Amino acid sequence: MHRFANPARFVRLARPLTAWFGWIGIVLVAIALVGGLVLTPPDYLQGDTVRIMYIHIPVAWLGMAGWGGIAAASFAQLVWRHPLAHVAARACAVPGAVYAAICLITGSIWGRPTWGTWWEWDGRLTSMLILFFLYLAYIALAQAAGREEGGQRIAAIFGLVGSINLPIIHFSVLWWRTLHQGESIGLTSSTIDNRILWPIPISVVGFSLIFLSVVLMRMRTLLADAKVEARLRRMASA
Amino acid sequence: MSATLDAWPFVIAAYAVAVIATLGLLGFSLAALRRAEARADALDGQGKGGRG
Repeated sequence: MHRFANPARFVRLARPLTAWFGWIGIVLVAIALVGGLVLTPPDYLQGDTVRIMYIHIPVAWLGMAGWGGIAAASFAQLVWRHPLAHVAARACAVPGAVYAAICLITGSIWGRPTWGTWWEWDGRLTSMLILFFLYLAYIALAQAAGREEGGQRIAAIFGLVGSINLPIIHFSVLWWRTLHQGESIGLTSSTIDNRILWPIPISVVGFSLIFLSVVLMRMRTLLADAKVEARLRRMASA
Repeated sequence: MSATLDAWPFVIAAYAVAVIATLGLLGFSLAALRRAEARADALDGQGKGGRG
């Protein structure tokens, strides 16, 4: 991991990966969404509203994975003092917040025809809303920390402590049985029929690649900004 | 599912939110990257010009 501690080496590797991840992600998402809208049959119980699943599942995964990225990078920052860890954590925050927000909005849109309500203070919905607010707090904290090491450590500790919410979101449907359905897709099995299921993995991989592309772009932006700031500081002191 | 509601407006709205937000995220991130790299390159050029 420390092989990529040099920002110039990281940027050389990240530049082609940004484009590859972005384009492959867009193509996969387009295939999955066409499949989800046109090629799959409606569900016997939910009818056509089940098609929202092809959007809702990947964005829910990315809303949580974004905070997983913040927590992993924060751990690397605190334990190994990896020089790119804070940059990686900051880069995950905005796309993570955007996908958490899309998850809440698409879930609400799905809830209206399915449950008859836009919102319910259900365990899953509430814990996801808390995750969105955690993202906003992390973005403000990391922005305020700037290049100060003390501030960056506080943001990293917040990133780690906030990860307590991830298992709460995951297990909320088991702990509190309310409106949100239980787990229907596991790592090895699913209760969904294959004719309806197939676009989901394509959509999850596609959105994940787009997410990675955005994270790499934001990391490169933060590194370029840091380079400019360091150069201006040197010019001012010369 | 509520029998009185047509599902398609909800499906289209959900897809529109996700697609517009994803394209917006990609677009804003790319624009910010281009601006930041252009600033860094301009400063590099200035530094090299100053030394030369």
